[in-house]
Amino acid sequence: MGKWSRRAFIGAGVVAGGALVVGVAVRPGNPTEKLKPFVANGDGEQLINSWVKIAPDNVVTAIVPHAEMGQGAHSVLAQMLADELDADWDKVEILEAPGLPSYAGADMVREFLAPTLEVPKILEPTAQGGFLTLADMISIGVTGGSFSIRGAGQRSIRTAGAAARQMLIAAAAEKWDVPAEEITTENSMLSHKTSGQSATYGEFAAAAAEQSLPAKPPRKAVGDFKLMGKPIPRKDIPAKVDGTASFGIDVEIEGMKYAAVKAPPVVGASVEQINAETAQSMPGVLQILNMGNFVAVIADGYWQAQQALNTVEATYSEAEGGDIDHDAIFARYAAALDDAGKDGGDIETETGDAVNAIAEAAQIIKAEYKVPFLAHATMEPMNCTARVMDGQCDLWLGSQNPLGVRREVAEALGIDEDSVNLENQYLGGGFGRRSNTDVPIMAARLAKAAGYPIKMIWSREEDTTQDFYRPSATSRFEAGLDAEGNLVAWDNIHVHLFDPSEAPKINHYAIPNKLIRKIDVPMHLRFGPWRSVDHSQQAWFIESFVDEVAAETGKDPLALRRLLLADTPRHLAVLDKVAEMANWGSPLPEGHGRGIAFVPGFNSVVAQVAEVDMTGKKPRVTKVFCCTDVGFAMNPDGVIAQIESGIVYGLTAALYGEITVKDGAVQQSNFHDYEMLRINEMPEVSVALINGDHDRIGGAGEPGLPPIAPAVTNAIFAATGKRVRELPVAKYDFAGSET
Amino acid sequence: MIKLNVNGQAREVDADPATPILWVVRENLKMPGTKYGCGIAQCGACTVHLDGKPIRSCSTPVSAAEGKAITTIEGIASEDGTLHKIQQAWIEAQVPQCGYCQSGQIMAATALLEKNPQPTDAQIDAAMAGNVCRCGMYGRIRDAIKSAADIKQPSKVEA
Repeated sequence: MGKWSRRAFIGAGVVAGGALVVGVAVRPGNPTEKLKPFVANGDGEQLINSWVKIAPDNVVTAIVPHAEMGQGAHSVLAQMLADELDADWDKVEILEAPGLPSYAGADMVREFLAPTLEVPKILEPTAQGGFLTLADMISIGVTGGSFSIRGAGQRSIRTAGAAARQMLIAAAAEKWDVPAEEITTENSMLSHKTSGQSATYGEFAAAAAEQSLPAKPPRKAVGDFKLMGKPIPRKDIPAKVDGTASFGIDVEIEGMKYAAVKAPPVVGASVEQINAETAQSMPGVLQILNMGNFVAVIADGYWQAQQALNTVEATYSEAEGGDIDHDAIFARYAAALDDAGKDGGDIETETGDAVNAIAEAAQIIKAEYKVPFLAHATMEPMNCTARVMDGQCDLWLGSQNPLGVRREVAEALGIDEDSVNLENQYLGGGFGRRSNTDVPIMAARLAKAAGYPIKMIWSREEDTTQDFYRPSATSRFEAGLDAEGNLVAWDNIHVHLFDPSEAPKINHYAIPNKLIRKIDVPMHLRFGPWRSVDHSQQAWFIESFVDEVAAETGKDPLALRRLLLADTPRHLAVLDKVAEMANWGSPLPEGHGRGIAFVPGFNSVVAQVAEVDMTGKKPRVTKVFCCTDVGFAMNPDGVIAQIESGIVYGLTAALYGEITVKDGAVQQSNFHDYEMLRINEMPEVSVALINGDHDRIGGAGEPGLPPIAPAVTNAIFAATGKRVRELPVAKYDFAGSET
Repeated sequence: MIKLNVNGQAREVDADPATPILWVVRENLKMPGTKYGCGIAQCGACTVHLDGKPIRSCSTPVSAAEGKAITTIEGIASEDGTLHKIQQAWIEAQVPQCGYCQSGQIMAATALLEKNPQPTDAQIDAAMAGNVCRCGMYGRIRDAIKSAADIKQPSKVEA
């Protein structure tokens, strides 16, 4: 298995009741001085995380440091731990780690930082800058970046499981007076065949804690996996079919009242005057508060609060961006790109001399693409329950970023971070939205102002209009071809509103002269990570343009990609597999088309082929074939489910997703005007997995998303000859297209 | 006081008759399995049965439930705790991801099979298109409904 790039130290001890607790302390390798603060958490070696607890009743508790938002991390992390420990899966329980700095995800930061050490020297300042910003954002305890399994799972949890097993064996060897090598473990039992002795892990838990710590417990080789690599059913699912799973919105605490809130339509504005005359006399209403950046009504019930809030009239201050609308935004992007010209903007990657090569090219191809703002639209609207009493703040919510919440709520309330306690719940969808801290800050301030605990629930309208959006962008491309039609130069410049900028990471195509630039444009909206982050737009730009180059040069879209990826066998294997699945090149009915896209990301490699039927009033995506190489699928059905999910999330955005702005405010408000893909439009999806690199596992939650938009729009082109250069597809009228 | 029958039990609640069933069930009756998603009958997360028919409880006033039977996600398993065959099929197909929409999905699916034990794809679409799943598990929902209805289906997943 993977080489250790750093030294690991095991920590262990007995907790109340004789349970063994094992953790892993990780000392970073040799980070540069600049990286140190991000990976070392101050003094370098104090990242002790506890991952496993074995109780006298032989129940093994996996303590997982990530939130469960449907991605299956809780269950799969437990699966990894239980396998290394040879635990009885039926007696494994899962506990989400408390939101404490000792569970901080330095692993996560490192996973993101490590690649920066491999980039060519010339790119370091840019790439590292980007990564450091990202690292800063995710420095502690964040669930995101398709990271849980490849990070905490691979780097810490498996080691903790292996260490706990070694310590149990050592304890038994001592008691039974037999060589440790002769003791076998299975289903949370220790056995010594020749002496016929056996015992549960629980019986030896306390004694195991007295054992010296294995410095480097060997982890299982792939061939020895019993649970890893198997499609084990998730442990959270039974509670999600009988209504007992508790989400943030379901929390009930003593003395709690309900709050509905409304923020100014233009983000950044403040509430000036409120007229709450009607609301005051409505049944159940307890308090109406102007909180400065939002208005709140607190009542005996949520519906009463919301009804009353709907009658409150408010005036708002002028705010930056309050005069801008959709067209002006894209005009601003166009002007910025025009200004940048041939040599403006920030260079993200440069190989050869693309500008010169294009000037000398036999043929030049140009295209411009636009993508809109997108909202997350998690099924569970934003909410948080808060109690602020005697200088202590308790929060209940589903968060991807518990430590960030604690830190920022403490700051907002002017109290110590240790005085903020967070009890994380299941997340009714995250997709990046629940990594922001705005919601708990509002709830905490409100609970403090109210003087009693409150459950704040955002209406769907509030959820849609007050998001941290996926940025919109315009991206321009020029390609230079030599006399033989070979792609020799690639010049790309794109608008950039929110870090990280990931175009250079996605574009793996071997083109001798490659220049990628970004240009920062100011925009008043709030932006945040949206499932697959910058991949969601950059992959569509890149894969659309590669497809245009293929079409303009008379090449098959698959063949051109194969040519440009000829030196990367792992990429080719994925492409070839998806082509085989889709029966690429076989005839399709009139009016149907097939499109391909290839997008590496999150250390995984994904290719998709979409089939569209353009014979109806609007495009219908009938089939999606996907081949994914996540390195090694810890839970193959879990990976497939994540890929399926990414495809639907991305397809929804590609076909319908668009947030527009008028007078600085978001115009969409609910599912009637921010449309979702539904079951009647669900394509038939087939997913194949390749385990291409056991030593370096990739993510699954995000990489399934980026290829779907270009696969679909490339398929539309194949069917109609019409190139989609602006998303969503719903902007186009295909009714008149030839069928 | 409003008299209700919820999951076979007589209940009385002190609520404004205009209050949507959703909030009465969640807050007055403390049964949080039924979810709020949109408030305007666009997403189906709040689906419950009223006299066996699926309704959007976020947009149906509690007054409309007087004299009728409300069934929620908490009330579809047998009294001995045996899960409804739809719930079993949901576990078998590993349908839920975040799980937030699933109470509504399951209530829509159980109502469908009650009315139509052998639905066609088009009938599944018609019955389930009102229920949004942001995790995108529509394929698994379809498979699970068919499996619960004992409809044979080809294996789709390659590995």
